[in-house]
Amino acid sequence: MNPVVEVRDVYKAFKTVQAVRGVSLAIERAQFTALLGPNGAGKTTLVEMIEGIQKPDRGEIRILGKEWKSNADELHRAIGLSLQETRFIDKLTVWETLRLFASFYDLGKSRVGEILGIIGLAEKQNAYTVNLSGGQRQRLALGLSLINRPKILLLDEPTTGLDPNARREIWSILLDLKERTRTSLILTTHYMEEAEHLCDYILIMDRGEVLKEGTLEDLLEADHGDKAVSPEDRQCRRKTLDDLFTSMTGRRLDE
Amino acid sequence: MNRWFQPIQMAHLVAAHFKEVIRQPAVIFWGIIFPILISLGLGLAFTQQADVERHVAIISEDEGAGVHETKARIDGFLEAYAIPIQAGEAQGARYRLTLPNDRTGATRFVFFETDWQEAMKLIKRGNISLIITEENRGIRYHFDPANPEAQITYLELSKILSGDGPPGEVIGRNVDPLTVEGSRYIDFLVPGLIAMGIMMSCMWGISYGMIEKRSKKMLRRMVATPMRKSHFLIALMVVRIAMNFIEAGLLFLFAWLAFDISVQGSPAALFAIFIAGNMAFGGIAILVSSHTANTEIGNGLINAVVLPMSVLSGIFFSYHNFPDWSLPVIEKLPLTLLTDGIRSIFIEGAGFAETGASAMLLFTIGIVFFSVGLRVFKWH
Repeated sequence: MNPVVEVRDVYKAFKTVQAVRGVSLAIERAQFTALLGPNGAGKTTLVEMIEGIQKPDRGEIRILGKEWKSNADELHRAIGLSLQETRFIDKLTVWETLRLFASFYDLGKSRVGEILGIIGLAEKQNAYTVNLSGGQRQRLALGLSLINRPKILLLDEPTTGLDPNARREIWSILLDLKERTRTSLILTTHYMEEAEHLCDYILIMDRGEVLKEGTLEDLLEADHGDKAVSPEDRQCRRKTLDDLFTSMTGRRLDE
Repeated sequence: MNRWFQPIQMAHLVAAHFKEVIRQPAVIFWGIIFPILISLGLGLAFTQQADVERHVAIISEDEGAGVHETKARIDGFLEAYAIPIQAGEAQGARYRLTLPNDRTGATRFVFFETDWQEAMKLIKRGNISLIITEENRGIRYHFDPANPEAQITYLELSKILSGDGPPGEVIGRNVDPLTVEGSRYIDFLVPGLIAMGIMMSCMWGISYGMIEKRSKKMLRRMVATPMRKSHFLIALMVVRIAMNFIEAGLLFLFAWLAFDISVQGSPAALFAIFIAGNMAFGGIAILVSSHTANTEIGNGLINAVVLPMSVLSGIFFSYHNFPDWSLPVIEKLPLTLLTDGIRSIFIEGAGFAETGASAMLLFTIGIVFFSVGLRVFKWH
């Protein structure tokens, strides 16, 4: 089966900073993928190139087999995304914000109602977005990214800065999505447990490069040699994944 | 569905922008109440037949300046016509002379008796505008010729002091106040305020709003959808035109009720130049906000556009006092074109024949600036 997202040897620099250096990846349909790495690893730049917001200096990106150039309208309809630090129009209500975005995809009120149910903001539908809490705002951002029933969902640090409860609410929505649909997810995070909890495939990035990639088991087995890690020993596993990053970079993920 | 025009998307964008604007109480104050307060303040200040008070210093003794101590003529005049002021009523003031006039309004002269040094202080502080002395050659008048108020005080006082009859018979008797419709200052002012309101509203409402949205990465989020970029910008302009229509309408309504302002020319031509002016400033606003995401730089850019035009385009006073060489440039500024157009329709009875060219030019400016702005617009 053809990958839904294909990135081949992509480079991107900003003035003197080389943000992404020769990254390649392929995401399959219904696959949940985490780009894991500390701040400055190049995760956001890579995701923004996949989203069509940034253009790569070199390399090729194909979404559903198509390039952004000359297919922008079609690809915008196929993807859903949530940016880091999403802000909305302060004095629009949750309902009006969703309704506005629904109109961009020729969708109506019924889809807005569905989304309100999915993100659990039905009770807040008449609240101005400026009055939402951080977690509610992030759920609204997720709702906007899901409104067009995307084939590919790109979330840039969707739970950064949220308390554990708010984070679990976002995870719950995404796990439900995974169960019910064939949507592919690319998620950037610097939380080990988020990558573990949600994703089937993990790419560890640092300084613009992919250091290692694979399923969680692959990564840990590679680090432990022949020693298989018990799936029950999550604490040990987390420590080991942390150690894996530290052994590769000499730094910690949360730096 | 027409690929180039998507009415549902456009309707939702217009509704969203409109709600964003009207849900901010400050918009009501700055967009509607503030211009009305300006017109009220300036209208009252310049249209009421208020009594005018003119302060004059009489030098009683000054050895250094060589002024004679005798001032028999001035003293004789004051004793004959002026009323002595009680000590403590007004500091240093000695006489008051009131000249009632039902056609021009009363003029009241207040005379201070002081030495030269004190008179200089008073003139520097703006307490007086004219100093008079008396010497062998007669009465001498000392004032800054660049000060119009001092000029008028000199002309009136010299006429009184050199006249034979009572002062009340000398001034203002041969004046017939003009009552031609449209010749008052408020008639001049209101069209200027409407034009300036359009400029300010477009520049701050569109440009600043856009820069703020860019700095919050809201534009980036919106263009990551199939939303048509041109629809987003056109919706902003539509909302701004609607708001300007409401604001200008309320200002006109107030001016009509309070000052009996009327439109003497063609309402259709007025509507056309109003729309053209909105197009011009909407286009300029989009180009100005096409790149920066920094609101401080945005402030500077917007001020660079609005300040020169606010000063040069004849909003509050005629720009014909500027040097002749500058007039051809000033007359072509968008705010001047708009102000002159609206003003000529309001007070000169103009129509399409007189304002059509200006409206076309403004419309063209709008289209050109909008097109260039859309082309170079930085959404991310």
